[in-house]
Amino acid sequence: MDSLALLLAATLNSGTVLAFAALGLLINERAGIVNLGAEGMMLVAAVAGYATAVHTGSDWMAFAGGAAAGALLAAAFGVLVIWLNTNQYATGLALSLFGTGFSAFVGIRYTQEKLTERPSFQIPVLTDIPFIGPAFFRQHPMVYIAIALTAALAWFLYRSRAGLVLRAIGESPESAHALGYPVRRIRLIAVMVGGALCGVSGAYISVVYTPLWVEGMVAGKGWIALALTTFATWRPARVLLGAYLFGGVTMLQFHLQGEGVQIPSQFLTMMPYLATIVVLVLISRNATFIRVNMPASIGKLFFPGT
Amino acid sequence: MLKLEARSESSKVMSVMSPVLAMAITVVIGTALFMLLGKDPVRGLYVFFVEPLKSVYALTELAMKATPLILIALGLAVCFRSNVWNIGAEGQFVVGAIAAAGVAMTADKDTGRWIVGAVLVAGVLGGMLWSGIVAFLRDRFNANEILVSLMLVYVADQLLGYMVYGPWKDPAGFNFPQTITFLKSTNVPKLFPGFRVNIGLIIALCAVGAFWVLLFRTYAGFQLQVGGLAPAAARYAGFSSRKALWTALLLSGGMAGLAGALEVAGPLGQLTPYVPAGYGFAAIIVAYVGRLHPVGIIFSGVLMSMFYIGGELAQSRLGLPKSLTGVFQGLLLFTLLACDTLIHYRIRWQAARPAPKPLAAVAIGTSTATGKGA
Amino acid sequence: MLRLELVNISKQYPAVKANDAVNLRVKPGEIHAVLGENGAGKSTMMKMIYGAVRPDEGEIRWNGKAVDIRNPQEARALGVSMVFQHFSLFDTLTAAENVWLGLDKSLTLAVVTQRITQVAKEYGLGVEPLRPVHTLSVGERQRVEIVRALMTNPKCLILDEPTSVLTPQAVETLFVTLRKLASEGTSILYISHKLDEIRALCHNCTVLRGGKVTGEVDPTKETNASLSRLMIGAEPPQLQHIQAKLGGVVLEARGLTLPKADHFGMSLDDIRFEVRAGEILGIAGVSGNGQQELMAALSGEDTRAPAGSIQLFGKDIADHSPRRRRKEGLHFVPEERLGRGAVPTLSLAQNTLLTRTEHVSAAGWIDIGSVQLMAANLIRRFNVRAGGTGAAAKSLSGGNLQKFIVGREIAANPKLLIVSQPTWGVDVGAAAQIRGELLGLRDQGCALLVVSEELDELFEICDRLVVIAQGRVSPSIATSKATVPQIGEWMSGLWTASKETEHAQA
Repeated sequence: MDSLALLLAATLNSGTVLAFAALGLLINERAGIVNLGAEGMMLVAAVAGYATAVHTGSDWMAFAGGAAAGALLAAAFGVLVIWLNTNQYATGLALSLFGTGFSAFVGIRYTQEKLTERPSFQIPVLTDIPFIGPAFFRQHPMVYIAIALTAALAWFLYRSRAGLVLRAIGESPESAHALGYPVRRIRLIAVMVGGALCGVSGAYISVVYTPLWVEGMVAGKGWIALALTTFATWRPARVLLGAYLFGGVTMLQFHLQGEGVQIPSQFLTMMPYLATIVVLVLISRNATFIRVNMPASIGKLFFPGT
Repeated sequence: MLKLEARSESSKVMSVMSPVLAMAITVVIGTALFMLLGKDPVRGLYVFFVEPLKSVYALTELAMKATPLILIALGLAVCFRSNVWNIGAEGQFVVGAIAAAGVAMTADKDTGRWIVGAVLVAGVLGGMLWSGIVAFLRDRFNANEILVSLMLVYVADQLLGYMVYGPWKDPAGFNFPQTITFLKSTNVPKLFPGFRVNIGLIIALCAVGAFWVLLFRTYAGFQLQVGGLAPAAARYAGFSSRKALWTALLLSGGMAGLAGALEVAGPLGQLTPYVPAGYGFAAIIVAYVGRLHPVGIIFSGVLMSMFYIGGELAQSRLGLPKSLTGVFQGLLLFTLLACDTLIHYRIRWQAARPAPKPLAAVAIGTSTATGKGA
Repeated sequence: MLRLELVNISKQYPAVKANDAVNLRVKPGEIHAVLGENGAGKSTMMKMIYGAVRPDEGEIRWNGKAVDIRNPQEARALGVSMVFQHFSLFDTLTAAENVWLGLDKSLTLAVVTQRITQVAKEYGLGVEPLRPVHTLSVGERQRVEIVRALMTNPKCLILDEPTSVLTPQAVETLFVTLRKLASEGTSILYISHKLDEIRALCHNCTVLRGGKVTGEVDPTKETNASLSRLMIGAEPPQLQHIQAKLGGVVLEARGLTLPKADHFGMSLDDIRFEVRAGEILGIAGVSGNGQQELMAALSGEDTRAPAGSIQLFGKDIADHSPRRRRKEGLHFVPEERLGRGAVPTLSLAQNTLLTRTEHVSAAGWIDIGSVQLMAANLIRRFNVRAGGTGAAAKSLSGGNLQKFIVGREIAANPKLLIVSQPTWGVDVGAAAQIRGELLGLRDQGCALLVVSEELDELFEICDRLVVIAQGRVSPSIATSKATVPQIGEWMSGLWTASKETEHAQA
């Protein structure tokens, strides 16, 4: 029972990483822009966050640093894709490749640096409830912030006018432009917010999840987050659930190893990636379902009439 | 302020100049980077752009590094032109290497030279198998090929790890994760004694020719391109998008697998966890910078291998981290995409938005000033 | 005092001067037509009025005062509202949400929803606010657009080609709404190239040709011929007609039932018709009634039709691919030129390879030289103005590209030619040439099937007509025996089986 509670706790922790990134990607995909640079942004943010934590000793500054790094890279991507109309997929890939190299380059001096002792968090009283306490209430505050963010995003998208405008832009930027909305500006904001959230996710990885810096430590979570937004058909609540699901699969491998299951470790490590493929297959089978739910302008070029 | 103005016709000049311009910008940024790191920028540029060309040996090393890049990029060019986004060439490279190693290790001291052919074929088939999975899942289940092919890269890496830490570990290897060193008979034949460059170079050059013919002189190539440029037109013409999907993926998977086989049966001579060197990703950049054109890919392949070799030299001579290579490569693609806009747009310098020119103060207010009658 | 005045307005684009010192004078409560053929500069002029584009020279005056309209919000603030030809609606949102997005923020969605029902009733426009737009028919979508415009209390309402998606009866209803609006003091700018409508509805008319104003006239005092002269500088060209010489049945559709391919399409329901050699059968109908799905089934882009439902010379071709159908003599010109009929960035020579494979060997080798020659011949024979066989398809004007595509298919000597919207967006001269070519092909014994939203065109070139509505096809009627009101009724689906008339034999 104890180990199950630990597994749940670890799932929430791991899922939060994906949640922040996927929610960020959801925002820009809702505006019609797909940013394949998620992995690169998260890596740069991870090293930025780690460096900030090392130099300031503050986790919250680290998250801010990661968010800033993510937003900056996203802005560069956004300018290219939105104003210069470069191919979204190629530009996103370029960002990922650049981010991978750049983060490795900048991170060299931090591979030996250690962070101060990590504090542990618990909610008083609630944490003493048997099983539920250890499972749910001994989490880093960011875990709860992720949940709150999901709710806020859902409200924003479906209950506010600004969210309606965002969805409209993702549906048909031409029509939104004809109605007088500053489509390009709004898209850039969406892309930068998305980048900031990916940045928070990256910083979380290097500062909370596995507090260290190692080249390539994001290990594909950026790509999984991209798959997650499709899997969740661009709805915040589903994204959160999906994130926890993936977090669970990732944590399962450690759990199984701990239980002494006799499978070579490499196959266990493969699990989240195979799970992603399975999930993609399941959700994509019904092409109509995807088309009806997908922001129609994703990936397409937009030329506001001169 | 700067304003972008659409050109009425794409600029052919910029099509060719854009990669050059991007290169120039990357060099400028690189110079700034060197200075920031406290290193002499001239020395830095020298190490990257002159050293790799200085001797015959250096040139052959350049050719060797360029070979897998060119091979993979050719396949990716076909993919990207068909709008099939195979990002997992790295994984197909690894699986090709695994398959090739598997065949190479069946050799014993009496096996003839023919085994080299079998090794290379195994590599091709291995790569095709890996990319075939992507094609199948996209064909049957509409699963996004970008994400599937990428996930399979991570899976392939783990598979490689399993093989070299487990069943294929060299019992006499002091417990290092590596296979036995392959027998000499399985090694890809070298071209000139004293140099490491092997027939992979010849294969790459022949492939360039073959791909050029495929893309520009055959109806199959035409169909692939139309499928990528205008899918509705391809449907109208009756071109099968399924055929295009499978052709593009199998072709690129095979090329990546071939590159993997050449690496493993060539310079490496065994299977280790360091087989994935990022060629599959670098090849994406090679393909783009080469304008998705077989001949352009030769040039961009050589350029990228200069980055690789320069990076290694910069590490040993200047104490700069090897990851600098990755930075430059990513930067190059980024700037290339930005410069490509100039192919379709002109930059105009315009003073802040002028109000429309006012009429002369004369004769306003009364109608029929300039009516052109019926 | 004039409500809206454009004085010496000019706008230059890289390749063309879209508006050259144009003048426009609109009074309050006036329905003012802006007439011109495609490419004359009408939409550029409108874009400047509703704020999407700024003029290079000249002045815009509103109620006598000079104004600088920098964006659509400012135009809306003045009281200008526009109903677009290609709707700017968001498919997945409801009608109410769509209208709300077109208004400024001050009202809540609930209030807007209520007002929509009010306004719709007042002007006789049935709109259900809570339905998602993708479930609405084309006519219903236009009503949403109009309601959205009306709710801004416009002083000047601009309508861009509003009747291209309406049945003749629906056009009448629209006119009633517009006249009511005008009587209340709203100025209306009516963009169109349909001479009859302009003469029936409008008080005043400004004619554009090549970016310049060629006349400002009272349309009620003009004839079609005089308006035409202002619009294109000449009378509309006459086509030669000879009696149809009929051969055997070439194409037969029977029991063609096809469920829609995706969420947004239209299902086909038990369609039957036949086309004989030497005749042109026209399919009339407002867009969105199944034409696209029918064309896809006939061309082979959709191969799901039931076995035997489509027969060419008596042979079942329902599941044949487009390439196989071409080999069997069936050629097709789609309604989208760039992106479907031709690849925009490829050259004209390369674009011939889409449907003409005479110069491709069995092994797949392309004989580039012969392909170039074929393209050059097409350009010459069909009078296509282009920068050579190497010119990119997107560099041609609409009319010239259409001439090329139609020519490409005609020169293949088809036994059956299917054409969808042959002259949509094409200038008058090219349109006349294309129609002439189609008639010429028919005179040589080819069977033709023409789908068009322009009734005039169908009446001009077709021997027989059918109407498609809601995925069903009416019985056929000889053109000589058909009338516009009757076809208009049929376009609403109101035909009866007993109206079936045997087509007149030659």
